[in-house]
Amino acid sequence: MGAVEVRGFGWRHAGRKAWAVRGVDLRIEAGERVLLLGPSGAGKSTLLAALAGLLPEDSGEQEGTVEIDGLDPRKDRERVGIVFQDPETQLVMARSGDDVAFGLENRGVPAGEIWPRVDEALRRVGFPYDRDRPTAALSGGEQQRLALAGALALRPGLLLLDEPTANLDPAGADLVRRAVAGALSADTTLILVEHRVAEALPLVDRVVVLEPGGGVRADGPPEAVFAAHGEALAAEGVWVPGRTIPPRHATTPPGEELLTADRLGLPPRLAPTDLRVRAGEALAVLGPNGVGKSTLALLLGGLLRPGVGRVTATAALAGADDRTPPHRWRAPALTRRIGSVFQDPEHQFVTATVFDELALGPRRTGQSEPAVRATVDALLDRLRLTRLAGANPYTLSGGEARRLSVATALATAPRLLICDEPTFGQDRRTWRELLDLFADLRDAGHAVVTVTHDADFVAALADRTVTLNRRPDPAGGDSGRRP
Amino acid sequence: MTNTDSNRWRTIDIVIAAVLGVAFGIIFWAWGLLWNGPADAIPLPGRAAIYGVWLVPAVLGGLIIRKPGAAFFTLTVAALVSVALGSSWGWTLVIQGPLEAAAAELAFAAFGYRVFRLPVALLAATLAGLAAALYDVFIWYPDTAWGSFRLPYILITAVSSLVIAGLGSVALTRALARTGVLDRFPAGRERAAI
Amino acid sequence: MISLEPVAAPGAPLARRNPVAKLAAALVFSAVLVATLDPVAPAIAIAVELAVLPLFGIRYRVLARRALPLLAAAAGIVVTLVLFAADRSGRVLLDAGPLLVTSGVLLTALGLVLRMFAVALPGVIVFATTDPTDLADALVQNAKAPARFAIGTLAAFRLVPLLGQEWQMIEMARRARGVDAGRNPVAKLRLFVSTAFALLVGAIRRGTRLAVAMDARGFDAGTPRTFARRQRFGVADGLLVAGAAVLGSAAIAVSVALGTFRPLIG
Ligand SMILES: Nc1ncnc2c1ncn2[C@@H]1O[C@H](COP(=O)(O)OP(=O)(O)OP(=O)(O)O)[C@@H](O)[C@H]1O
Ligand SMILES: Nc1ncnc2c1ncn2[C@@H]1O[C@H](COP(=O)(O)OP(=O)(O)OP(=O)(O)O)[C@@H](O)[C@H]1O
Ligand SMILES: [Mg+2]
Ligand SMILES: [Mg+2]
Repeated sequence: MGAVEVRGFGWRHAGRKAWAVRGVDLRIEAGERVLLLGPSGAGKSTLLAALAGLLPEDSGEQEGTVEIDGLDPRKDRERVGIVFQDPETQLVMARSGDDVAFGLENRGVPAGEIWPRVDEALRRVGFPYDRDRPTAALSGGEQQRLALAGALALRPGLLLLDEPTANLDPAGADLVRRAVAGALSADTTLILVEHRVAEALPLVDRVVVLEPGGGVRADGPPEAVFAAHGEALAAEGVWVPGRTIPPRHATTPPGEELLTADRLGLPPRLAPTDLRVRAGEALAVLGPNGVGKSTLALLLGGLLRPGVGRVTATAALAGADDRTPPHRWRAPALTRRIGSVFQDPEHQFVTATVFDELALGPRRTGQSEPAVRATVDALLDRLRLTRLAGANPYTLSGGEARRLSVATALATAPRLLICDEPTFGQDRRTWRELLDLFADLRDAGHAVVTVTHDADFVAALADRTVTLNRRPDPAGGDSGRRP
Repeated sequence: MTNTDSNRWRTIDIVIAAVLGVAFGIIFWAWGLLWNGPADAIPLPGRAAIYGVWLVPAVLGGLIIRKPGAAFFTLTVAALVSVALGSSWGWTLVIQGPLEAAAAELAFAAFGYRVFRLPVALLAATLAGLAAALYDVFIWYPDTAWGSFRLPYILITAVSSLVIAGLGSVALTRALARTGVLDRFPAGRERAAI
Repeated sequence: MISLEPVAAPGAPLARRNPVAKLAAALVFSAVLVATLDPVAPAIAIAVELAVLPLFGIRYRVLARRALPLLAAAAGIVVTLVLFAADRSGRVLLDAGPLLVTSGVLLTALGLVLRMFAVALPGVIVFATTDPTDLADALVQNAKAPARFAIGTLAAFRLVPLLGQEWQMIEMARRARGVDAGRNPVAKLRLFVSTAFALLVGAIRRGTRLAVAMDARGFDAGTPRTFARRQRFGVADGLLVAGAAVLGSAAIAVSVALGTFRPLIG
């Protein structure tokens, strides 16, 4: 069960001139495990949505056909289970157990069978709480597990997973991968979208690479595909295993201090933490899911009022404002000094087009219109968003949205840049561009603070790391310079 | 699944109507604080000038969802949610809400759920306002004088409803359509491709 | 403050009753009371409501807090009647120019205010003792409400607590990009309105995705749904509804017997 037949498939979202995917021919036998690759914006998420029958006819234009076991997935969703890129949008009910039961109820599973199946699914994904746990009280990683349980409980013939481990800490990502491996029965077909190929490879026996312009670029066993196309794929943005990107560490010692945090915390979200940020250095903040990294980023960025302790900006960053803490600064002053990139890019968007989104900051800080235009065009070009200048930010692919959110923070050229998970869900090309962008900023005397689970990015960029721990650490988190 | 019957509610119709209802339930809750708080400085019937806010969800729901029952469902949910959150009229809204909602629904039904232009919106808003005002004067303000209270009250409520719920909902629908969130509804489908 | 969780002791004998039964009982009880304008029947009804409160596991302090907003509406009713009453019979209590307050006016006002409390309290009791999920389940299973609408509304209702967080997020996003109002009240109002609009847009966007997620799990597949959580409507539930009808009518009957009854129409 779960054979996929795609013939000449193409989809164009309503309101777009370009096709999101086009000319895809693909046959996947029941029980195959496929890794779907392709650069950001190639149409991977769109293709998965089509396989799940979730592209409504009134929301775009279709070419070709998609069949699951010979049936149109729009009419017959019995066979397909899907976990989206963002698990939060996927939870339906208020209690965890009810949420898993939701799909079973919809499919008319007899009442007596429902709870045993719910319990089994929760056990398989290592869900740590009982069924009554409110879904609103789950961390990102736990939500991801619950969403997976909801899909597995249906015993789908075809399981579709869109970046199921983005945003998880390494231990959590490992757990989810093992849950997937352990939960699949022999005849379940799996299609997985995951940029980080190396971690996903143990789960799959076939790789399909989508060509951004249309069609399938490569298809076959992983070793064969990477041996034959490795060079070209890497250049296009696919994370080909074994091809590392040269690191960019600081060549000069850091300069003056810009910002310090003393016993800074916001109970219960963040325990008191000490931190100092200097010009010309890249600092990485690490730690498990839910420890308070994003909270710390918002506090440092002057967006949240500290619960305890304080943030102090030096005159080098704040000029005459160095006696007031950042959260009391006027917004235009703040955005010139500190740029913030939120963990969820969509939380950051405030206008209706990509262009306006980039122009907002410069306009608010009083730049002239020609200067604004020049800044925006340069950023659009550098992050390959020119084609999308008129698009609504909320219709972007995961990777495009992330690039835009980074670009918005750069638009006012702040002295200090604070980025929350800038590299999640990024293809190799964007990853490399971000690395160069941040490194260039640092070398030009800016400070870059990144909150991240991405060990490779830390290794390639960071001059110093700070690790937050679950228990309040009396000594604070500052670990000193990297060797 | 792909039902061509345009009067059948899709999942998205149900959820968005409910979301609008929930959002306005919260607005009602806050609006109630204003109505009975600062706005108390203007005694009735003058205060009825801002009455139209209570009727916005009916017209907005009808204009966006464009299905039979949309106006009724949206305002009923809003009323129920405001009751659940603790409104100062409490349980009585369980009767009043659906009543106003049914009045607005009447206007859309009269045009066979085919016309969703400004005049229909204004008619729906006015009918809802009239229903609400009549309910109020009989249930809440019995024993008041027709000349000095009841007639002005009904009139002011109807006009407020026409302006706030009628014109306001049309403007709000247009503003929402511009953001792209209504792309899957007929109301949001008139935009250029990028 | 907005609170959605049931606040009652879950084991209380009447709190455990079927949500539809509680809803019906509250509706019956208050519908009877709307029909009268005298102060006696609502006063009896309020006494009854306060007497059964422990059976619902609600503490009086909790009820008082939830019923507090009702005072505001009550004040509005009194003011309106004092200003616009048509019938100003009875003893004159205050005569200050256009303001003519008589005992008749005050009696009517008292009746209306008591009635408003008598009608509103059952609603407070129902929502304080009922979990939204149970209510939706019971509406579908026991009241034959359309499942798609009940479950769809339940899913939307789950967004309520999330909207507060979303509001904070929008404010932070704007501030990060240099948008704030400073001390200018007009700019503040404009920012408030545009934040509220952004919240509505965000809620609709969330709703759209939620609908897709529900469809992905077969919500609209046309297969008849089964129920994981059974809700039963038993004899005790029937008795609750009947009891509400009897008690409501009894309050009216006492009022009629005392000669104080004043029907709404007539
Ligand atoms: N709802 C939408 N409306 C309009 N265009 C969209 C929508 N969703 C995606 N697109 C566009 O379709 C193209 C393909 O998007 P898709 O999300 O499928 O990419 P992807 O391969 O998953 O990328 P990523 O790796 O960045 O997640 C992108 O250019 C994107 O901007
Ligand atoms: N707005 C909020 N209100 C209350 N609690 C919150 C809020 N946001 C986050 N939390 C809680 O605070 C804790 C820290 O959250 P935070 O998002 O800072 O963690 P994090 O380290 O960034 O985690 P992740 O790696 O998953 O992004 C978590 O337990 C979370 O559930
Ligand atoms: Mg994607
Ligand atoms: Mg975080």
